[in-house]
Amino acid sequence: MKNPYFPIPMVIKKVCTETTDRMLRTLELGFLKEEDEGDFQYTPGQFCELSILGKGEAPFGIASSPMEKGSLKFTINKAGTVTTALHHMEEGMEIGIRGPLGNGYPIDLFQERNVLVIGGGFAFTTLRSLVAYFLHPENRSKVKDITVIYGARMPGLLLYKQELSEWEKRSDLKLVVTVDWGDKDWKGKVGLVPNVLEEAAPSSENTVAVICGPPIMIKFTFPKLMALKFPNERIYTSLEKRMKCGIGKCGRCNIGHLYVCKDGPVFSYAQLEKLPKDY
Amino acid sequence: MKLKLDKKDFDNFLQSLTDGYDLYAPVQLAEGVSVFKKIDQPGEVNLTQLLPQKPAKDIFFPQSEVMFRYEKVGNQNRMTSMEEVKKERILFGARPCDIEAISILEKVFVGEEYTDVYFLEKRKKTTIIGLGCNEPLSTCFCSSAGGDPFLRAGSDLFFIDLGEAYFVELLTEKGMAFRKNKFFQEADSRNLTLVKELEEKAFEKVGYSIPVEGIEKRLGLMVESSFWDRVHEKCMGCRICTYLCPTCHCFDIVDEGDPHRGQRVRNWDSCLSALYSLETSGHNPRPTCQERTRQRLMHKFYYFPKNFNRVACVGCGRCILYCPVHFDIRQVILWTSARRRRRFQWEVTR
Repeated sequence: MKNPYFPIPMVIKKVCTETTDRMLRTLELGFLKEEDEGDFQYTPGQFCELSILGKGEAPFGIASSPMEKGSLKFTINKAGTVTTALHHMEEGMEIGIRGPLGNGYPIDLFQERNVLVIGGGFAFTTLRSLVAYFLHPENRSKVKDITVIYGARMPGLLLYKQELSEWEKRSDLKLVVTVDWGDKDWKGKVGLVPNVLEEAAPSSENTVAVICGPPIMIKFTFPKLMALKFPNERIYTSLEKRMKCGIGKCGRCNIGHLYVCKDGPVFSYAQLEKLPKDY
Repeated sequence: MKLKLDKKDFDNFLQSLTDGYDLYAPVQLAEGVSVFKKIDQPGEVNLTQLLPQKPAKDIFFPQSEVMFRYEKVGNQNRMTSMEEVKKERILFGARPCDIEAISILEKVFVGEEYTDVYFLEKRKKTTIIGLGCNEPLSTCFCSSAGGDPFLRAGSDLFFIDLGEAYFVELLTEKGMAFRKNKFFQEADSRNLTLVKELEEKAFEKVGYSIPVEGIEKRLGLMVESSFWDRVHEKCMGCRICTYLCPTCHCFDIVDEGDPHRGQRVRNWDSCLSALYSLETSGHNPRPTCQERTRQRLMHKFYYFPKNFNRVACVGCGRCILYCPVHFDIRQVILWTSARRRRRFQWEVTR
């Protein structure tokens, strides 16, 4: 029987510093065993437990899209013991991984619908996975219009800058990038995500909204979505809680009777309304 | 199959069990302190304490357990899983509430999607010998929580103390393997009458006065109730109730050692700890004792029944016995009924 607590070995193929404050790094991991790669089937929005022996484990959303074969990407904010150790990892080093875990975004629900993606700060990782998944030539026809609103505090704190500029050039995607405070080189929008959303006023008609960001951004964005007449069942968000096992056994990430690791991390606003505010 | 075991043969019987099995039974560590422990000599077994402090879950889900060991060889990590149980095991002398709790843990650990191999391996390789409770404690309320002092469910063999002998029932296939044991004799009708008398006496003592039935419906309406503003006040968050609870199953995973050599270990954890849900950012979804007490009680009596159709409480009363401030879970259950809640509001605002 497969032991769900046993990490599979992966190797670090590439390390990339994303932001000017050097607190966010993207690790690109490659599989060391071929059979593990075959078993690893995931959807955007799922997460993994990255494990450094001697330091511990921590959960991270998968930033790569399932269409990008051969490797997995994780963007990591340096905050605690495990993330600091992850920041010290170099190319060629071995790392453990458990996953994919969680439910992921409801891909079937997006079929034949418009997609509105709203992201703030470094919570953009799994949203990047979702957008990249739908932008793949095989999947682009499955959904209608894609709108992405992405904000960060400062231009230097935006993730995936190269990719954002590529997205900007595409005609099949509407991208609005905004920052709270611009600098002298910044020519884009300046403003908070909820206000930019209000300004852009995307239609709620046949649209699914996905929103990820810091709690304060989510708190002010929900009312704006309500004002745009998005039904609760078509607003999705991905939650974070402290986790250990990632498979619904260790008990710490529950909100009411649901576990963020097993029943989430993606929940609809309709679901969250019925749960105690334990998050 | 109805059998009996003479008490003069008891030690020899236990000795015969240690031949083929690892035998776990209640052992007294100091006066008033006993735990389930692996034993070598029958003399170590001590059944004077009805409920050992540490519940029998310790045998299947130990307080601290090594999950795997690791070692760095060159640039590669070598990991060895520690789930395997080499020798068949017998758990002797567990009470019906503890045994019922193991089947509750099984609901959590053995799932459709993910199975906790460490728990399952131990569960599969253990034969359980239950022991009826002739003299339940004043804190016992098993019959209100869906069990009873002589509940056979979950046991492979069941013993009842008749004074000079043990009445023995073989209940499952694993239990039937013992039918040829040379120390067992045929039980007679007098033994059967005595068993019936003991059962009736114990049932009467435990009673059915705690309204556990239907509690999930009542709590479902109380998720955001002002009830939780006051209930927790007595609790000082020492967490002993959760560690000694036979159904509490939260655990923490930590690495012991350095990057070159060490082990990944899991330890019992408790939702009543402030660190339990504290996130690296400093945000804590359950920042005070109020949210944490609500989490403990709601998980047992509302969330768990919603997922598994049974309250996560077996009425063993350990949380009442060992609470330093006499926080009585029975009282909280009583307060959840509408009439009592009014009384509670009145009492605390007086």
